[in-house]
Amino acid sequence: MPSTVSFTLNGEPVSAEVSSRTLLVDMIREQLGRTGTHVGCDTSQCGACVIHVDGVSVKSCTMLALQADGADVVTIEGVARNGELHPMQAAFREHHGLQCGFCTPGMIMSALDLLQTNPDPSEGEVREWLEGNLCRCTGYQNIVKAVLSAAATMRG
Amino acid sequence: MSENGIGAAVRRKEDHRFITGGGRYTDDINRPNQVYAYVVRSPLAHARITGIDASEALSRDDVIAVLTGADMAAEVVGGLPCGWGVCNKDGSPMAEPAHPPLATDTVRYVGDQVAVVIATSRAAARDAAELVDVDYDELPAVTDLASAGADGAPQIWEEAPANVCFDWEIGDSAAVDEAFSKATQTASLDVVNNRLIPNAMEPRAAIGDYDRGKDEYTLFTTSQNPHVIRLLMGANVLGIPEHKLRVIAPDVGGGFGSKIFHYAEEAIVTWASKRLGRPVKWTADRSESFVSDAHGRDHISHAEIAMNDDGEFLGLRVRTTANLGAYLSTFAPSVPTYLYATLLAGNYKTPAVYCEVKAMFTNTVPVDAYRGAGRPEASYLLERLVDKAAKVAGLTPIEIRRRNFVPNDGFPYQTPVALEYDSGDYFAVLDKALEISDYDNFAARKKASANKGLLRGRGLSTYIEACGIAPSNVAGALGARAGLYESGTVRVNPTGSVTVLTGSHSHGQGHETTFAQLVHEALGVDIDAIEVVHGDTGKIPFGMGTYGSRSLAVGGMALVAALDKIKAKARKIAAHLLEASEDDVEFENGELRIAGTDRAVTFGDVALAAYVPHNYPLDVLEPGLEETAFYDPKNFTFPAGCHICEVEVDPDTGVVNVDRFCAADDFGRIINPMIVEGQVHGGVTQGIGQALFEECVYDNESGQLLSGSMMDYCLPKADNVPNFDVATNVTLCQHNALGVKGCGEAGAIGAPPAVINAVVDALSEYGVEDIAIPATPQRVWQAIQSASR
Ligand code: FES
Ligand code: FES
Repeated sequence: MPSTVSFTLNGEPVSAEVSSRTLLVDMIREQLGRTGTHVGCDTSQCGACVIHVDGVSVKSCTMLALQADGADVVTIEGVARNGELHPMQAAFREHHGLQCGFCTPGMIMSALDLLQTNPDPSEGEVREWLEGNLCRCTGYQNIVKAVLSAAATMRG
Repeated sequence: MSENGIGAAVRRKEDHRFITGGGRYTDDINRPNQVYAYVVRSPLAHARITGIDASEALSRDDVIAVLTGADMAAEVVGGLPCGWGVCNKDGSPMAEPAHPPLATDTVRYVGDQVAVVIATSRAAARDAAELVDVDYDELPAVTDLASAGADGAPQIWEEAPANVCFDWEIGDSAAVDEAFSKATQTASLDVVNNRLIPNAMEPRAAIGDYDRGKDEYTLFTTSQNPHVIRLLMGANVLGIPEHKLRVIAPDVGGGFGSKIFHYAEEAIVTWASKRLGRPVKWTADRSESFVSDAHGRDHISHAEIAMNDDGEFLGLRVRTTANLGAYLSTFAPSVPTYLYATLLAGNYKTPAVYCEVKAMFTNTVPVDAYRGAGRPEASYLLERLVDKAAKVAGLTPIEIRRRNFVPNDGFPYQTPVALEYDSGDYFAVLDKALEISDYDNFAARKKASANKGLLRGRGLSTYIEACGIAPSNVAGALGARAGLYESGTVRVNPTGSVTVLTGSHSHGQGHETTFAQLVHEALGVDIDAIEVVHGDTGKIPFGMGTYGSRSLAVGGMALVAALDKIKAKARKIAAHLLEASEDDVEFENGELRIAGTDRAVTFGDVALAAYVPHNYPLDVLEPGLEETAFYDPKNFTFPAGCHICEVEVDPDTGVVNVDRFCAADDFGRIINPMIVEGQVHGGVTQGIGQALFEECVYDNESGQLLSGSMMDYCLPKADNVPNFDVATNVTLCQHNALGVKGCGEAGAIGAPPAVINAVVDALSEYGVEDIAIPATPQRVWQAIQSASR
């Protein structure tokens, strides 16, 4: 049975007809056409699909679209404001925290959530937090560097 | 050095789209009226197909078609081709069985393609695939190398008796025998190189889109080399002439070799699109990637080294069996032969080397190149063996290497296994690694670890690799069925901006930046006014793609050759504009100046004059400013380095923690040090993955893949690796004008032996001399237990 799901996506109201089993990530990518959120696995391991739902990071491959009804959803497309990169995005570029870019949206969304609760994390805390985000390209070093640098910038 | 030229850590031009969600990967693309394919795969490792009943699937409203191997065999020209032929010792060709994109009568591994369901949505196609009823007569299967060669082993191919694809050799076996007869000491090693599953983060995907009006095909695919796919699929599988087939590899989320090969799904969606008159899209689930992306490594070897009293190497003898899987993937035969055994001389002046390789078919996913491709297998074997030899000879790992290195005045150095090294300084990279690893203070760190109840060990490896693949005539003589040059086009636009068309492909390596740096350096054009285009056969003249750390050494050199032509023409145009002799015109910093004067025109003036040729030597020069060059390398390039690893082992749990890792590498001239460091970080992490975490495991009874998901196959995570200390020591490549050697694979080659040598060192107090790779906690713990007993 299709039902209508409505939520706010990057500040704008959206809605779509979904089936009860439609995953949130599929609705966002296929029906709403926002393809910045990626799918890298089918076992909730890789974190390429991480977005924010009501302010916290979730793996959007592990949530049904129906569960997002009425929520405030932010994806990588909603992170830059008025054409200005978020300090986290700028830090990923500055510190070469990406190569192929496939894991990057999930990494950025996940790291942003870390800094909400822990604005001054240690290197070890960043590494531990990012356990649920796999990157096959960078060896993580420059991702960690980027997150620490963004944290410093954001603390001001 | 200019701020954006050669040697500068220019921030990447491509990053903006990736950090804002604007990347465009294959699965992000949708075509109007598109339908979805789901591949029905064999659940059995070896079976005869006795029937396929698709009626239930076809009865669904949302299912458009179910296509089988019989449908395909009736229409396609041939099977998936193998691009490299290898000969047996007696000169006869390897066994080369057919590889239909959809199986016709027999399946040969779990995951083999049996049928394809096409439906109006991805979910519908997947659901309907469950309804396709395939009858199988199960046959006995074999997945591991030891069993595949045993008497009475199940036969996978009639044309490959005893499952042998080829039995090949290289080197002078008589000379090696003689070396052993003279030896006063020897060391030997039995070694497995663990089978790996590449796991680029973006799963493979493909969209076939046939245009009936023009009778043209477009394939979007996750490929490292779209022109090669066009050639192989067009000519060998579907019989589509190249001018009617466009292959686009847009943003690609990592490859590491696994996206070089021509895969069945590419041919299936292209063929099905014509048949159905609609675009057909296929995207792999990760679980599908595990059973359909080509795997890597999987060798078993026995190696012996002969030495004199001083620990100088006299000869090396290696016997390897290599697993090729059930079918020959595109470049599979080259990996355990010419990309492996030719590197067994390593950094050493061993005068005699002999290697024989028996390559086997098994009921497993095809095995092909994975980051390093043959060279990690060579370097792992050799660097483990050299550590063993050091113990026998009573030398330190450093001393035995120094005694055997090719000396600095020994270049060019002809190895006994076909390669000629052009340059290097193995002593310098070793010294650099010792320096950055704080080698001398190891004892204090070991003590500190011991105080925590941990065993600290350290290991080093020195490696060499052959990159910049490859001189076409040499590759051809060795069995390559293609040339391995590269093309580059430099299009100077009328207003002075530059579009570069390259046959190399970037899937994380940052060519859009590095190649722009080359153009900026040559022409002085602002880096933001340079656009590098890759991955589209409709735009780029030709290309052999990216693998074997070849992009800069081959693709970059094609670009340099095209830039030279642009500069030569620009000087002619400038000479005309300045009314000077061409010989007097100098090109520097974006200006063309009459030498020794202040009379100059800008490169922009020249570009405009070329396209608005009102004042232009039309009688002797064509208008326009665009040049293409093809570059065929003169030799392989030979990056080399030394990696030093320190681990801490918890003797109670067997857990190994990489505490320090230093890499000192010689990649020749470095264009962008930031990107080079990133490549080393990534390569080393994959190497640590191979050494400690990653292992593809089949159940030999059932032929099922046991490590078939990210839950079962352990990829390195952020908290599994330390920060790496990375340094370089440059000796220039002697045969390309840039002096570059390549850096993409080095980490994956140098790291595994450094890590395992460190683990063995940590366990040496228990008398442990060897540990199987990957050194999982279970293996380490067992090694400690059996030693203490
Ligand atoms: S897609 Fe891998 S965790 Fe969501
Ligand atoms: S940048 Fe490629 S997977 Fe992280």
